[in-house]
Amino acid sequence: MTTTPSEQGVSLGMPQLPAPDYPDDVRARLEADAREIIGRYPDSRSALLPLLHLVQSEEGYVTRTGMQFCADMLGLTTAEVTAVATFYTMYRRKPSGDYQVGVCTNTLCAVMGGDAIFSALQEHLGVGNGETTGDGKVTLEHIECNAACDYAPVVMVNWEFFDNQTVESAKRLVDDLRAGAEVQPTRGAPLCTYKETARILAGFPDARPGAVEASGSAGPASLIGLRLAKGEQPEPRIVHPRGEERRDAAPQDESPADHLSAHDAPQKTSASDPAHPAGPVTEEGE
Amino acid sequence: MTVSTEFGGTSRPEAGGESSPEKLLAPVLSAYWDEDRSWTLDVYRRHEGYEGLRKALAMSPDDVIAYVKDSGLRGRGGAGFPTGMKWQFIPQGDGKPHYLVVNADESEPGTCKDIPLLFANPHALIEGIVIACYAIRSEHAFIYLRGEVVPVLRRLHAAVHEAYAAGYLGKNVLGSGLNLELTVHAGAGAYICGEETALLDSLEGRRGQPRLRPPFPAVAGLYACPTVVNNVESIASVPAILNKGKEWFRSMGSEKSPGFTLYSLSGHVANPGQYEAPLGITLRQLLDMSGGMRPGHRLKFWTPGGSSTPMFTDEHLDVPLDYEGVGAAGSMLGTKALQCFDETTCVVRAVTRWTEFYAHESCGKCTPCREGTYWLVQLLRDIEAGKGAMSDLDKLADIADNINGKSFCALGDGAASPIFSSLKYFREEYEQHITGGGCPFDPAKSTAWADHRTEVNA
Repeated sequence: MTTTPSEQGVSLGMPQLPAPDYPDDVRARLEADAREIIGRYPDSRSALLPLLHLVQSEEGYVTRTGMQFCADMLGLTTAEVTAVATFYTMYRRKPSGDYQVGVCTNTLCAVMGGDAIFSALQEHLGVGNGETTGDGKVTLEHIECNAACDYAPVVMVNWEFFDNQTVESAKRLVDDLRAGAEVQPTRGAPLCTYKETARILAGFPDARPGAVEASGSAGPASLIGLRLAKGEQPEPRIVHPRGEERRDAAPQDESPADHLSAHDAPQKTSASDPAHPAGPVTEEGE
Repeated sequence: MTVSTEFGGTSRPEAGGESSPEKLLAPVLSAYWDEDRSWTLDVYRRHEGYEGLRKALAMSPDDVIAYVKDSGLRGRGGAGFPTGMKWQFIPQGDGKPHYLVVNADESEPGTCKDIPLLFANPHALIEGIVIACYAIRSEHAFIYLRGEVVPVLRRLHAAVHEAYAAGYLGKNVLGSGLNLELTVHAGAGAYICGEETALLDSLEGRRGQPRLRPPFPAVAGLYACPTVVNNVESIASVPAILNKGKEWFRSMGSEKSPGFTLYSLSGHVANPGQYEAPLGITLRQLLDMSGGMRPGHRLKFWTPGGSSTPMFTDEHLDVPLDYEGVGAAGSMLGTKALQCFDETTCVVRAVTRWTEFYAHESCGKCTPCREGTYWLVQLLRDIEAGKGAMSDLDKLADIADNINGKSFCALGDGAASPIFSSLKYFREEYEQHITGGGCPFDPAKSTAWADHRTEVNA
């Protein structure tokens, strides 16, 4: 924004200047990608969502420059692009970490332990919802149902599945991410950065060898009915998929007293929450 | 019947008996998810993959539509509309392009069937797409996949690439004269885009907001052209119907709800996961065969098809899980997402969280839904925190009534469902929150690891 705090409420300030352009080499590269994306659709505007993923893959979030680029490529106004970019939760609107750690706090995961995991991670990392650790590695978010309820509670990192998490496994996960250790999802490929993930979302296949094969055909819960139908006994439910952790590890660092009121109080997830990025008080195009 | 719904893991159905999983389950789509590299074309072809397509291409497009219609296949995405009839609605000879859009925006809370299906067996969907496009005379299909599932996106990219290379997509598919482009499109995070007209707006590069109908997508859908929007599982079920025959398909399920489907068991059950069975199986049968609720706990409430379908209780264990059975019992089959909660779960907490979800995901287009969900959240938060009044319960019902059926799309109806149904079955629990000044439940007891602690401490 062009207004300084002292101007707020006093003057309407100057209209926002147009966003700066990408450097020529970046723009040339992105234009080639954008043309390929646009070519997939009968109508160019359909390319807007993938183009927003593309500009996010360049800068890690959707900048005004990125939105201007999308508008230029598609013959839209920046207002039209902004209206779309602000509607969808996967487009970030501020710089964020290399790894987005999303804890499912929709009802089923929340009840199964997602609420406990989310509050423990907030405390462990010292950040709130949507905030990034000081080292720029981890952005913590609570997310909605991610279609993995048979693996609850679920944590997503850069939109790869970390199934059947506990407080302890989730803490170790974020510690590993911050330490730069290689982290293997329960279902999905070895992690790439958020920018690289955004490029896959823009429709450019993951070229890393082994990425498609990683983690096998199906997770254990996906196979449970099939195994029963074949007359096999179901495998014991996997509660701790990540390494050598102990079954009793998780609950030790959270006392029931912490939970009773504090964490059962509804999270601020609705649009009525002024702190929520999708809330009505968020300024469009901010 | 056994008592395993009450005390999980204690009883095993006798082999060969009425509740034997071998007899009750019918893996078709999931039949070889346990094989190495199950998502590849090679493995798919080893299991008669793309044979249904060959049979379809030997028929006339109209005959394929009639065949799918005769099979009785109904939409697996929630509403249960007959798939063949949707295809038949596409006006032919109108000179406009026709489109097939596959709804892979699986986001309904509790629903987790399409994602494992696409992860383990994406070619079933692609084969179904080719058959459907041949039938409705479409030359361009889209898979609208929710963006938050990158592992699935990778495998879809790979499978579509394989299908092009093998001649199942592209120019002159298998020499049939059919030209077909298939575009995989990743969404960007919006539950509402699972609603078919919002999905179409989103695919056109707009905010995902539902359209007023009519016109229906079959007449004016994507780019105002005739469009079929089908759920992943519906389309993926088509190849097996063509390959094995409509009689085979009709031999499963009931007259009005024939065939097989994926049931997704989740929550406080001993063995959550995917169970593919003929339509009409009951939750009691599923729990009996799978080890019941987690040991020492009993079922309190469950959803038959995601959070937007009115909840059931242990009174409904024997409701046949097909479109008619669940409908007659006052709910909807929906997505067959069987979220099971045990007696440790506070129903007010569960409904509050779902309502927060609906408020967050309301697209804002229709006033009853946008404003109503906001006020529902305020009231529910107060009640859960012990600050509610008895009159709030009637107010909740009143607001839900003012949302239900009064918005463009079903999101509003979905938001009202948990309110109505929980007030119907658990009004006393709401009252306890009000009279007792707070929530009487300990959320730590409902976590997945709660009982491990007891064992350790014992």
